[in-house]
Amino acid sequence: MDRRKSQLGFLLSAGGIALAFLLPLAPQALPMIDRPLVSTIAVTAGGLFLLAALLADRHAALVGLAGAILAAASSLQLLEDPEIAGSAGIGFWMIVIACWLSVAIVLINLADLRQLRPRTQRAVNLLVPLLFGLTVFYLWEVAVRGLGVPRVLLPPPSAAAARFAGSLPTLASDFTQTFIRGVLIGYAIGCGAGLLVAILAHRYQFLSRGLLPLGNFFSALPLVGVAPIMVMWFGFDWPSKAAVVVLVTFFPMLVNAIAGLSASGHIERDLMRSYAASPRQSLAKLYLPAALPFIFNALKINATLALIGAIVAEFFGTPTQGIGFRISTEAGRMALDMVWAEIALAALAGMAFYGCVTLAERATTFWHPSYRT
Amino acid sequence: MTSSSLAPPARVPLLLRFGVVERYTPVATMVLALIAIWYVASVAMNWTLVRDGFEREETPYTFSDVLAGTMEAERPLLPAPHQVINAFVDGVFGYSPLAPRSLIYHSLVTLSATVLGFVLGALFGIALALLIVHSRVLERSLLPWIICSQMVPVLALAPIFIVVLGALGLQGLLPKSIISAYLCFFPIAIGMVKGFTSPDPLQIELMRTWSATPRQVLWKLRWPASVPYLFASLKVAITISLVGAIVAELPTGGEAGIGARLLSGSYYGQTVQLWAALVAAAVLASSLIALVGLAERGVNSRMGGH
Repeated sequence: MDRRKSQLGFLLSAGGIALAFLLPLAPQALPMIDRPLVSTIAVTAGGLFLLAALLADRHAALVGLAGAILAAASSLQLLEDPEIAGSAGIGFWMIVIACWLSVAIVLINLADLRQLRPRTQRAVNLLVPLLFGLTVFYLWEVAVRGLGVPRVLLPPPSAAAARFAGSLPTLASDFTQTFIRGVLIGYAIGCGAGLLVAILAHRYQFLSRGLLPLGNFFSALPLVGVAPIMVMWFGFDWPSKAAVVVLVTFFPMLVNAIAGLSASGHIERDLMRSYAASPRQSLAKLYLPAALPFIFNALKINATLALIGAIVAEFFGTPTQGIGFRISTEAGRMALDMVWAEIALAALAGMAFYGCVTLAERATTFWHPSYRT
Repeated sequence: MTSSSLAPPARVPLLLRFGVVERYTPVATMVLALIAIWYVASVAMNWTLVRDGFEREETPYTFSDVLAGTMEAERPLLPAPHQVINAFVDGVFGYSPLAPRSLIYHSLVTLSATVLGFVLGALFGIALALLIVHSRVLERSLLPWIICSQMVPVLALAPIFIVVLGALGLQGLLPKSIISAYLCFFPIAIGMVKGFTSPDPLQIELMRTWSATPRQVLWKLRWPASVPYLFASLKVAITISLVGAIVAELPTGGEAGIGARLLSGSYYGQTVQLWAALVAAAVLASSLIALVGLAERGVNSRMGGH
């Protein structure tokens, strides 16, 4: 983005703040002038926008960002007034628009930065998506509270966060029930069994030629559908969830591991042969290490599938805890803030799980070309 | 010199030398073995159930009576394969296609949600990929979130969507297909970003030397280059879309659809019906994938491939 455009954008943001002082905040609310705290913050934000427009260089992004944060703070402070929340007028939205516009310009400028030092580059790479996400949450919060969207439809993120913080014991018990018992146990059994069968299939060609098409077929099926059957067989508690997870994770692991075990090159195999390596030795020293990237690929796919499988299986019947159980009952009671808190929990668990698998992959397949830079 | 050329020529049984036989013997053996295991398991799992039934009625019974009973129990723990096939065939052909007991009816309900969701999700995913490829800002701010959201069990959102959209007055087909679309746009967006960026820098530079506009680069280079990625992700997406449609039918209480069939089967202990619904889901999934595969072949041959 060129200088002119970002200068114009920051000027418009400052203009938005100025308009907020002239236009009504809400039909029956006090004007900005009569709110000393908010107007100080807003004036500072406007001043920072002007400064950013004046500078229009690398530092402008930081100054603009500070202004945007202050503008966001002032709009959130305004929402504390019950006169404004739910019936916000055009003046209020001017602040929100100013904030959004300035963040957009900052983002565009940051994303355009090139040829930085590696450390700065990494920080920028982290900052850009973080800012984007924060802006989305901010707009969600302001829109829901400013427009007065009923809480049963869409709660503001702050309500979900408060609920999350306020019901940690429930969330912890749900987490152990679904994740530690259902997902982890099922995941270990399913992936382990898949790997074992793949090793067998690698030894006996006949088995592999028969299993591969079947494995491909089964891994494309909507296997979560077996959840009700597993609930019938293994009861309401976690074994049925673990069983679903076993089934869901088995086939991707099988298919990937079979592909991985045949990934080693002819030259390496010949080398093992010329060393007179026993089948077990060549498995441990050649085939399994060569298959690791494929195995980790399956482990990553399965990390998501396992969580989905366990949660869906809980829709078919659970003891009175578990993420899926809580989501379906609280959604039925229209307590959507609790539902969002559970979803945040599931998301955090899913990301942490995936992250752990990725870390393990980095630690064990450091030799692979994709990591050797 | 490779190990395959060093190895002594393997002795292949006469029958296996025919291509068809050689190709399908292993699969057929595995399928037969699976069916055999299934029969044994259904005898083993239903045994006590059937025996208790005989004892409750206080009729004398022999070993073979119980054995026969395990094959056609009304509410078995594990129905025998032929029971499932019978129920499936009966569900498909036994009723008029629009009767509420017909599997065709339920499959059509699920299929419509799946296909609508798939189309919406594919369009949205491709549009998102286009935006990401053409905007550096979006690539760096949005793409990490899309990747992160792949690790989130999105399916957990299904009940909320149904409840929220139901409160907004949307019921029936659309909420289900929105869930399907929401689930299946991720793989398509990711795949298409890869596909759109798959052309060589050399090829892109060639387009630049011809002073091609971004639109021309898109239509003449990026779009054709992304076709293999498109179909690979479409195949993943269509199964996910089906799963989404089935799961979306669960929280609504479900009047119709395969998911509703699964739910009612599990509530009333109608195991045979449940398994038949599962078979219907499997048939649906594999035919949808086959359809995408057919489309892929058609497009490939139109593009001069093989």
